[in-house]
This record gives sequence, C-alpha cells and structure tokens, in this order.
Amino acid sequence: MFVAPAFAQDAAQPAIGETHSETGIVEEGAHGGIFPPFDSSTYASQVLWLAITFGLFYLFLKRVVLPRIGGTLEVRHDRIASDLDQASRLKEEADAAVAAYEQELAEARRKSAAIAQEARDNAKAQAEADRRAITETLDAKLGEAETRIEEIKRIALADVDNIAEETAAEIVQQLTGNDVSKATVTAAVKAVSQ
Amino acid sequence: MATDPIHQFQIAKWIPIEVGGVDLSFTNASAFMVATVAAASAFLFLSTSNRGLVPSRAQSVAEMAYEFIASMLRDSAGNHGMKFFPLVFSLFMFVFVANLLGLVPYFFTVTSQIIVTFALAMLVIGTVIVYGFMKHGLGFLKLFVPSGVPAVVVPLVVAIEIVSFLSRPISLSVRLFANMLAGHITLKVFAGFVTSLSALGAVGVAGSILPLIMTVAITGLEFLVAFLQAYVFAVLTCMYLNDAVHPGH
Repeated sequence: MFVAPAFAQDAAQPAIGETHSETGIVEEGAHGGIFPPFDSSTYASQVLWLAITFGLFYLFLKRVVLPRIGGTLEVRHDRIASDLDQASRLKEEADAAVAAYEQELAEARRKSAAIAQEARDNAKAQAEADRRAITETLDAKLGEAETRIEEIKRIALADVDNIAEETAAEIVQQLTGNDVSKATVTAAVKAVSQ
Repeated sequence: MATDPIHQFQIAKWIPIEVGGVDLSFTNASAFMVATVAAASAFLFLSTSNRGLVPSRAQSVAEMAYEFIASMLRDSAGNHGMKFFPLVFSLFMFVFVANLLGLVPYFFTVTSQIIVTFALAMLVIGTVIVYGFMKHGLGFLKLFVPSGVPAVVVPLVVAIEIVSFLSRPISLSVRLFANMLAGHITLKVFAGFVTSLSALGAVGVAGSILPLIMTVAITGLEFLVAFLQAYVFAVLTCMYLNDAVHPGH
C-alpha cells in the first residue's frame, strides 16, 4: 500500500501525511491528509465568502423578495376578504328580493282568492235569482193552468148534468112512452148524483 | 482514486487570493455558495415577478415557503419575533438550497463544511445575544434563571442553563454538518461498491445490484434529510430567537 507518488507528496508535510499515506486514502494534491472540513487553512476564505454571499442573499431577500411575496399575499388576502364581503352583501340583497317576492306572491294569492270568492258569490247569487224567477214563472203558470182545469171541470160537470137529464128523459120516454117533465128529471138526477 | 469518499469535501482554489498572509481564495466552496445564493434568489425573484392573484406553480412554492417560515417563527417567537423573519427565511433557504445542490453529482456541498454551519450558528446565537442585551439590557440574563425555581438549586440550574446556552451553537452547527457529511460519505461508499464490484465480472455485476438499490434509496433519503435539516435549523433558530424576544421564559 505504500504508493510512491503519495509518499513523495506527503514527505513534504511529514507529521500528518505519514499515517494517512499508509492507509492509501490520501489523494495526490490533497491538503496534507487533513480531513477537509477540519482543515483550518480554508476557514478564512470560507467565512469571507459565506459572509459575502449570505449577506447579499439576506439583503436581496429583505429588500426585494420578501416585501414582494408579503405584498402579494396581503393583496390576495384583502381581495378574498372584499370578495367575501361582496358575496355576503349580494346574498343579503338576494335574500331581500326573495322575501319581497314571497310577500308579493302571498299578496297576489290572497287577492286572487278574494276575486275568486267574489266571482263565486256573484255566480251563486245570479243562479239563485234565476232559479227564483223561473220558479215564480212556473208557479204562475201552474196557478193559471189549475184555474183553467177547474173551469173546464166545472163546465164539464155542468154538461154532465144536462146530458144525464136528457139521457134520463129519453130513456124514460123510450121505456114508458110518457113524457116526463123536465123538472122531475132534474130532481131525480140531482138526487142520484148526490 | 475516484471512489475516495472524502474527496468530495476537498476545497480547491479556483482564484487564489491572499491578503496579509491570510488565504481568502475563491474556491469551489465559494463558487457553490454563489451558486446557492444565485439559484435561490433567481427562483424566488422570477417565480414571484408576476405577483399573480392566482399564483402559478412556482409562485405558490415561493409563497408556501414564505408562509411556512412565517408561521413557524410566529408560533415559536410570537409577533415580536417577526422582525427576524428575513433572517430565518434566508437561513432556511440558504441551507435548503445548499443541501439540495450538494445532492447533484460532482457538486460541492457547502453545508458539509463545519466552518460554514458554525458561522451560520454563530450568526444566530450572535443575533440572540446582541438583540437580547439591546432590548432587555441586563434583564436578558434572566434567561439563565428560570422563574419558580427554589433558591437552593438556583446556582445549579443557572450553571446548567449556561452550559446549555453555550452548547447551542455547537449542537446547531454539528447537527447540520454531520448529517450532510455522513449522508454524502454513505452515498459515495455505496456508489463505490457498485463500481468496484462490477469490475469483478458477471458475479460482481450481480452482486452490485444490492448496493445500487441502496444508493438509490439513500439518495431519496438524502432529499428528505436536505429538507429536514434545513427545517430543523430554522426551527431551532426560531426557538433561540424566542429567548432573545422573551428571555423571562
């Protein structure tokens, strides 16, 4: 494991290089075999460049990037809040419109019910009046007809007496060959018919 | 030595810079810090450029990250803690994007360097201490004296609190560093098995199927870890910042 070039390299820095060259780990041109993160000769340069780069990074973020992101987030936040406000306002308006609509609908319904009721009442009253008029007419006609029937009956009955007297007189004459006085016949018929 | 699992953590100087004997070279680590910052900034900048009221997919990802971190910070540190929001958000995005970039093959993982994670942790703890004393003066020290503790045990509790406070930057940095380091080494070792086994002929190719499956599975796991560690880093940052805002428990 004794590598010639490595040994030659380490010979320049004897104390530390010796042990490492035996394990064969140290590469040519390495910093004398010190584990690199513990090589303090690089510390000054690393700290300096870290300070420069991180310092610039910090300033850049603080001045430019973070205000920008923060601003964007704030604008979005405000926008969302205002949108929500507007949405709730619109919702309230819509609710009010719905309430007004409901109210008008109820009003209209009530009105229509009233109109329908009135029409129904009117129609009923009209029908009642018509019915009454017709009934009266019919009653009048009925009375008239009854009177006429009474009249006809009376005439007819009067005729019946005459016919009965004549017939009786005729029958008596035919049977007996005698004339019967009219008064006798009338009395007889009357007696029978009563 | 392409299979050396440590090789991926090597720092390579791209543009050597030396000031007063201190090496400040622009290295591959620096390049990937720049790449991390550029990628994160570009994504956040471009995805939010429309400022759409209805977000596009990329925009909603950016907004999700924003609200995720914001609610995390608000939950643990309250509304007073929101002044640290840019800090927590940049920490989270930086760690998260650095972790993700590190998962791309041949890419350097910025957060696998202890000095980077330690520097970030010190930034957090430093902010806590500086802000704590600025805002509350010596009252900030109440942080170490929890209320409702019997006087006898106060010295003991204070000692424990101080130790736990001092160990915070260490635990914060080592957690992230160790997770990224271990994950990448594991990944590399299993992937190395695949190449070295398949060099052994037909039997080796058959035997390399298992480590190949493991490599795929660990890659999936590493994506989870990349997010989880960034999240944990941000959550702990929020909790430590809460101490700065409300030291009295």
